[in-house]
Amino acid sequence: MSGFTNTLLSGDGPRSRVLTALLAVIVGVLALAPFLFDGAQAINTAAKICVFIVLAASYDLLLGYTGIVSFAHTMFFGIGAYGVGLAFHFWGPTWTAGLAGLGIALTAGLILALAIGFVSLRVKAIFYAMITLAVASAFAILAGQLSDFTGGEDGRSFRVPELLRPTTMLFQMPLTGMSVTGRIATYYLIALAAAAIFLGALRIVNSPFGRVLQAIRENEFRAGALGFDVVAYRTIGNCLAAAMAVLAGALYALWLRYVGPDTTLSFAIMLDILLMVVIGGMGTLYGSVIGATIFILAQSYLQKLMVIASSAFKGVPLLPDIFHPDRWLLWLGVLFVLSVYFFPTGLVGTLRARAALQKD
Amino acid sequence: MPDALLTLAGVHTHIGQYHILQGVDFGVPRGGVTVLLGRNGAGKTTTMRTIMGLNPPSRGQITFDGATISGLTPHAIARSGVAYVPEQMGVFADLTVAENMTLAALAGPPDTARLEWIFSFFPALKKFWRSPAGVLSGGQKQMLAIARAVIEPRALLLIDEPTKGIAPAIIDNMIGAFEELKQQATTILLVEQNFHFASSLGDTVAVMDDGRIVHAGSMAALATDTTLQSRLLGLSLDAHG
Repeated sequence: MSGFTNTLLSGDGPRSRVLTALLAVIVGVLALAPFLFDGAQAINTAAKICVFIVLAASYDLLLGYTGIVSFAHTMFFGIGAYGVGLAFHFWGPTWTAGLAGLGIALTAGLILALAIGFVSLRVKAIFYAMITLAVASAFAILAGQLSDFTGGEDGRSFRVPELLRPTTMLFQMPLTGMSVTGRIATYYLIALAAAAIFLGALRIVNSPFGRVLQAIRENEFRAGALGFDVVAYRTIGNCLAAAMAVLAGALYALWLRYVGPDTTLSFAIMLDILLMVVIGGMGTLYGSVIGATIFILAQSYLQKLMVIASSAFKGVPLLPDIFHPDRWLLWLGVLFVLSVYFFPTGLVGTLRARAALQKD
Repeated sequence: MPDALLTLAGVHTHIGQYHILQGVDFGVPRGGVTVLLGRNGAGKTTTMRTIMGLNPPSRGQITFDGATISGLTPHAIARSGVAYVPEQMGVFADLTVAENMTLAALAGPPDTARLEWIFSFFPALKKFWRSPAGVLSGGQKQMLAIARAVIEPRALLLIDEPTKGIAPAIIDNMIGAFEELKQQATTILLVEQNFHFASSLGDTVAVMDDGRIVHAGSMAALATDTTLQSRLLGLSLDAHG
């Protein structure tokens, strides 16, 4: 690894050739996605992957590095999305409105994370998980009921600054003649922000602060006996993860130009990010890249693949029914069970362990 | 006790519904090694955990260097100058040896001369400096746990059964390290089942039974009095020599 890359990755490289290759392919495809694929679904999927890498990484910071099981993570994701979305909706599609909305969302998210942390992080893990579940449910109900403000269950659509609008033509690519629109600019804004936040998270987990979080995850009593205030460290970890989730929510709202309970606050999203972290590998951060990519790709394309499989097995008894596109969630579940069975420490954990064995 | 660094007065500790410590009274003189002896289940480890704040006392007072520490959180007690090496070593398996050691250096990056001094007793730590602590053997983990506690000078070291399951060669190195710590005026409270190890290091001794101190005095007196050993511990040094 070159000195620059090593510094960029805070000295915490992938530590496996296969993993390095996988990450290079993912980053390369995401970097060139608007120019590689036609159609809205591909770029939508790529943007969603970028956002969920940040969201899954923020949850990994909490679960994988600090050992905190929280069900309130989508609440912070929602706060970010609602902050930016409502700011654009009520104050108009200006950069100032967007930044003010983001600032308010970050402040609100941090205050809530701090309050939840100080009040609940002293209790045992299961009680903390229950408290966060209750707070997140209350927040989702509140967002649905304050319909004059939030748009209720319908949510709010909003316009974004002119530079980011799909109708804005920025320039044409010299060789291909392809038009670069505001939509592509939005995509790159999201991709670059996601990369910066991910690298920032990598820096945090590899700092002395990150090491204390890992020590607390392994044994909070020993960490306390070494002189570390476990509640304070956990609360700071909780706040950092919440801030990352707020930023992910803001990016997602910017991409969708819409904010509503189903896209940001639903419990289904909470389960999705939990699966992404587990599939990728807890406590690795790179696992969030792999997990989010696999999960979003499966979510976006499994149904299409099953249409092909179902028609290919036409005439064969039972198989067309088994591969019927309506059963995509069942197959997603099967994929998850298989991945946990074959990669108990997640894909990244398994690849790193194999690489370490080969090295020995 | 006139010059005690640590004093326990009437300390009671409950763990759940169990009344483990039932009025512990003893003092640890400044600058020496005090050994806490007793059969299994006598309350030695609970005493250490109570001093450290991990099992806070339900009654009684613990004073360290003139200040009351009973009721403080473990991190506050640690920052007041107490280091604890628990019975199960307590190394952080996912962190490297270097990260384990650096984590314990609360005042900043570890001092190079101090590190070299530690490596002179425990050379394996230098060899596995960049390896995850989880791959170390039991003896190496014990070395790391002790090294972590002494990475910075501390006023009081609480060490719980350091020789348990450890090879004799490593035990000799431990004795060397503890002897030098004594010379540096570090006070040590040691829980130990190995009477030979305990008597070679200890200056004073406290014997526990059923959550109480049943004997306190000099180690030299106990080491030479086989009748007392038999009465208090059911053994004699000659049998364990």
